[in-house]
Amino acid sequence: MARAVSVRRLTLMTAAAWLVGFLIFFPILWMILTSFKTELEAFSTPPKFLFFHWTLENFGIVQQRSNYLKFAGNSIILSVGSTIVGILFGVPAAWAMAFSPSKRTKDVLLWMLSTKMMPPVGALIPIYLLFRDSGLLDSRIGLIGVEFLINLPIIIWMLFTYFKEIPGEILEASRMDGATPWREIVYVLAPMAVPGVASTLLLNVILAWNEAFWTLNLTTTAAAPLTAFIASYSSPEGLFWAKLSAASTMAIAPIMVLGWFSQRQLVRGLTFGAVK
Amino acid sequence: MATRHARGLARIAVAPSVLVLFLWMIVPLGMTLYFSVLHYDLLDPGNEPFIGFLNYRYFLTDPAFFAALGNTLKLVGAVLAITVVGGILLALLLDQPFLGRGIVRLMVIAPFFVMPTVSALIWKNLLMHPVSGLFAWIARSVGLQPIDWFAEAPLTAISLIVAWQWLPFATLILLTALQSLDQEQKEAAEMDGAPAIAYFFYIVLPHLARAITVVILIETIFLLNVFAEIRVTTGGGPGLQTTNIPFLVYAQALLQFDVGGASAGGIVAVVLANIVAFFLVRMIGRNLEA
Repeated sequence: MARAVSVRRLTLMTAAAWLVGFLIFFPILWMILTSFKTELEAFSTPPKFLFFHWTLENFGIVQQRSNYLKFAGNSIILSVGSTIVGILFGVPAAWAMAFSPSKRTKDVLLWMLSTKMMPPVGALIPIYLLFRDSGLLDSRIGLIGVEFLINLPIIIWMLFTYFKEIPGEILEASRMDGATPWREIVYVLAPMAVPGVASTLLLNVILAWNEAFWTLNLTTTAAAPLTAFIASYSSPEGLFWAKLSAASTMAIAPIMVLGWFSQRQLVRGLTFGAVK
Repeated sequence: MATRHARGLARIAVAPSVLVLFLWMIVPLGMTLYFSVLHYDLLDPGNEPFIGFLNYRYFLTDPAFFAALGNTLKLVGAVLAITVVGGILLALLLDQPFLGRGIVRLMVIAPFFVMPTVSALIWKNLLMHPVSGLFAWIARSVGLQPIDWFAEAPLTAISLIVAWQWLPFATLILLTALQSLDQEQKEAAEMDGAPAIAYFFYIVLPHLARAITVVILIETIFLLNVFAEIRVTTGGGPGLQTTNIPFLVYAQALLQFDVGGASAGGIVAVVLANIVAFFLVRMIGRNLEA
């Protein structure tokens, strides 16, 4: 039964919600606006909100001077690469645990979760030294490996919770109809599993894109993704606000779009199915 | 009713993941443990004598350790307080009927997708700069003395930035939990004329208890490891004012080249995280049975 909502209440709530939403979003909006200003106007007091000389020059300069595209390329390779490897390991594992669970399945799942809780500083030194000695420092392959391992527990958990929701009865029904195991997977299960796999892919690309502990510590230039690219603005280039803003806008724009698509999966993925 | 054949296949399917995760966990941890009992200095290679628990003694009695432990706890506590209280209020607001839900939701979630290095630098410069920052301008326009955030209250500044990043996460989870609150229960409470405050404390809050616990535990795991925000804004300073345990270990290993001491610090961090992890894993495990 839909409840009638008074117009006054609706107006009030709408105003309040928009105000709060705007305030939370404001730092991002301010960054985007600043990226279109000249350096002089970026610093001006009182600040200029909309009426300034709009320019695209910052974006060009950022690309020219610090080769944004190279870092963006590394970010894409890293986040997509590590997620794909994770899916390749995760799908069979989650599938098996969801459809033929054993007594130990629950323990295995929880143990995987617990590996995620290991603080990275506990592993930093050995990984750094191992990477240094095997020439993996500042290499994409090494970093893909690390990002894959830190996200694998989340990938398996997300896939597991999705696969768990595929009803077992549907398998029995298809078996009664004489489907072979192979046809069963291709025609019955796969279509039902695709949305879950897609959501898992999306969320983990985002997580890997934004991961900043390992990317900052294990890269210098060759394999450095956008997190490290922005960190290079911390000093003294941080004084160039318009360029910092342009670089930042370019660093977060692609993932922001993906993120907005995956907001529902975020809850499930990051709470390990504890909240749906 | 899985056959033995299926069981065998299942084991083969799970094995690769278990193996890589096991190696990922045990190899670095074992090496860290081993380094932590050596005198291991990167500037003095080839000379790594066994020194027992000396590194731990130095690390745990170092005033820097207590400063870092205090900062870690303050940071985690402040961010948890802001995000949980703020998240509950925001979730209650967003659960109300209003126009443009989709767009407001997107705006509220957005900070979560901003990479830590970006949010830290944008806040530090564009917003918190003592002269040209937006906050300083607002303070001056209402006749207040602007705060020099990173000089006067650096840890507070970092806590605010991190809280901004995690507020969407708390809000989203609490909103999801709120939406599963029984509609009939809501209407019944309304018809009985339950005052809003009583309704909140007797029905909504108990319903949210689980989600709040999940938020606290998961955020704690991540907040114990805050690193990038500190590295790009303060570098742990001024002094030790914003050095937390991860940053201290990082500085000891990669800036001072004291692998042994840093490893002891790493083990201390692992122990701390495990205390939290213990409760989280138990809670999620209970959920798995239900």
